[in-house]
Amino acid sequence: MSDVASTLEYAEAGTSLWQDAWVRLRRNRLAVFGLVVMATLIVLALLTPWIAPYAYDAQDLDLGATPPSAAHWLGTDVFGRDMLTQILYGGRISLAVGFVATAVALLIGVTWGAIAGYAGGKVDAVMMRLVDILYALPFMIFIVLLMVVFGRNVLLLFLAIGAVEWLTMARIMRGQVQSLRQQEFVEAAISIGLPTTTIIRRHLVPNALGPIIVYTTLTIPQVMLLEAFLSFLGLGIQPPQTSWGLLISYGAETMEEYPWLLIFPGAALTLTLFSLNFLGDGLRDALDVRGAKD
Amino acid sequence: MALLSVDDLKVSFVGRAGVTRAVDGISFTVEKGQITAIIGESGSGKSVACYSLLGLVPMPPGRIDGGRALFEDRDLLAMSERELREVRGRDIAMVFQDPMTCLNPYLRIGEQLIEPLVYHQRVSKDEARKRALELLEEVGIRDPATTIDNYPHEFSGGMRQRVMIAMALINEPKLLIADEPTTALDVTIQAQILRLLADLQKKHDIGVIFISHDLAVVADIADQIAVMEKGRIVEHGNRQKIFHGAEHPYTRKLLAAIPAGSRPAPEANGDVLVDVQRLRTWFGDPAAPVKAVNDVSFSARRGEVLGLVGESGSGKSTIGRSLLRLAPVTGGSICFDGTELTGLEGRALKAMRRRMQMIFQDPFASLNPRMTVYDTLAEPLLLHRIANRRSVEEKVLKLMDDVGLARAFVRKYPHEFSGGQRQRIAIGRALATRPDFVVADEPVSALDVTIQAQILDLMLELGKEYGLTMLFISHDLAVVRHIADRIIVLFRGEIVEEGTGQQLFEAPQEDYTRRLLDSIPGRGLLA
Repeated sequence: MSDVASTLEYAEAGTSLWQDAWVRLRRNRLAVFGLVVMATLIVLALLTPWIAPYAYDAQDLDLGATPPSAAHWLGTDVFGRDMLTQILYGGRISLAVGFVATAVALLIGVTWGAIAGYAGGKVDAVMMRLVDILYALPFMIFIVLLMVVFGRNVLLLFLAIGAVEWLTMARIMRGQVQSLRQQEFVEAAISIGLPTTTIIRRHLVPNALGPIIVYTTLTIPQVMLLEAFLSFLGLGIQPPQTSWGLLISYGAETMEEYPWLLIFPGAALTLTLFSLNFLGDGLRDALDVRGAKD
Repeated sequence: MALLSVDDLKVSFVGRAGVTRAVDGISFTVEKGQITAIIGESGSGKSVACYSLLGLVPMPPGRIDGGRALFEDRDLLAMSERELREVRGRDIAMVFQDPMTCLNPYLRIGEQLIEPLVYHQRVSKDEARKRALELLEEVGIRDPATTIDNYPHEFSGGMRQRVMIAMALINEPKLLIADEPTTALDVTIQAQILRLLADLQKKHDIGVIFISHDLAVVADIADQIAVMEKGRIVEHGNRQKIFHGAEHPYTRKLLAAIPAGSRPAPEANGDVLVDVQRLRTWFGDPAAPVKAVNDVSFSARRGEVLGLVGESGSGKSTIGRSLLRLAPVTGGSICFDGTELTGLEGRALKAMRRRMQMIFQDPFASLNPRMTVYDTLAEPLLLHRIANRRSVEEKVLKLMDDVGLARAFVRKYPHEFSGGQRQRIAIGRALATRPDFVVADEPVSALDVTIQAQILDLMLELGKEYGLTMLFISHDLAVVRHIADRIIVLFRGEIVEEGTGQQLFEAPQEDYTRRLLDSIPGRGLLA
């Protein structure tokens, strides 16, 4: 037994495809830039209550809107609230919406797509027609209805957006699984006698994840934009809570007198979207099998 | 004066990991009216050498480091892209391996045929079409006047390759480079194409470079043979010398790898392990079904290696997959050790799966790329409780030993192995459950010839050691004869003939079997 353990210990560890992809990703400067920016933003969002210079609901009506200064680096809004604080707190919500809603989409979409793709036949037909029907619904109306019926609530917003975004995820996953299940290693798994759930979990999903990861990084900005749009319409986040979308919406109203109220939240959102898109592109290249060394 | 004389050609690839010399100073000549074969395994540089002559190696990453290639007194390597374009297609034409991907699926073959003619010789379309019709006739396309307006998918693989050859010949080139032109084809079709190439080459009096991984394929047609290994020509000579007086050990290894000879007549004493009766797999419209497998009956005795031979579309793979319940069955019965397999479900099916395993053709597709060798081999052991968490490591390492892989590789991933090594892993996985019966579906046809021989020997050896009964499926009669005790010949879903290798090779009863035997390349020289 000790002999065996030592053999395993000394056996040269292989490089998994994930490690390979990571090496390729690190060579891509834009992707690394995106990764660093996202990591920084996430850390800032987590630490916001401790690092924000002011309380997020602290108003100074006497001060009113002031341009950037030493006391307020990014200026203040019409109620005299510190913009930096607003952007930090807004970022918390915007990022949370982006990540949570995408996670919801990921969970439903991947499961749904994998089952449909693997089962095939009638199960597949029924599951995918349902997806088609949901696609055909005007999703804005769907979200508006949800908001009206259940009241405006951040958690519901996460779910509502996630419930819309999973459709594309399911389609991608289904396509992947369909082509993968023709592969001989899946047949080998069947002929070993593995139960279907294990085949899907261990043999299909990990191999289908590449495109899913890429699509995920592209979905997060999409979701953040969606939230911004809903908040802009007054259907998303409710004051005094705030988000980048809401800040941009207010900023747009007073764009001519107080441009910094639009510029700074706009820049924050743009920076995030750029970073995620760079990261997504980098991941696409890194995970692309054709780019892999033979 | 040679038509083409290549002198000290060196080609490298510049990559992140450094410079790799793919072709390391090779010299050879092609005479007018002769076929020069360049033989080598994958990675030997044989294709790169020929492609670089025509400027078809992308540069970068490719780089020509030196040498000359005189074609009619002009150095191909010194030509500009413009000059080369004039030579390509007009003076030097190519035929590629895969006729499917080399024809544009959206253009009628007539349009594709006359394109090079119109481009290079500025003849009128009508004249070009007339010439195309003549050539199609010459390469053996039936009724060219109608078929010239068909699309590529309306032709079979062999016919498509004929079209490719016609396309290559349409400008009356002086040199034809054929890169594995028959590798993707069935054996009988391969024989036809080889004969066609040899005939056309004589008739048009052109020089031919024939690139192949398989010495046997060129045994009947090549005048000169150059054997390449790792970027160098290790031996060069006429056909007689290579086949009967090879000096270099690598050439001898290639010759030895050509499967020949059959197993001694088996003692048929085991009981019947697998009994297949009137197996039937029909697809599609029930009114006019595609009869992939039509009432096939056979049985395999315990410990026997049963060969199943047929060309593509003969239903051989479908039979193999049906036995393992990987493909649906329309009718008939499959009896395994007294148990009827059709209709078996759930726990009983799982128990049966432990006893029957499969080895697949493509070792690059049959292993999960995200799992280490260790996980791949441990999976069946743990699933069937052949090993527990404590004993599994030992069992996995034992399997590595059995299939001839170093224990130190156990934590590596499939993409870090060569094709032959991967096939060893796949064999290890199939043997992990200690099955009684293994279906091997073309297990060596994706491998290089020398590796092929190693894997076949390994399978024979392990078959004995594990007491396996094997169904060995292949398109290659010579390979099957090498490994099988008994051979079944399939044609269009039905059994044509059945017998020991010796019986089939020495006294074939059916026309189709005879045709298959005649198609084995190099049979005369190697017998």
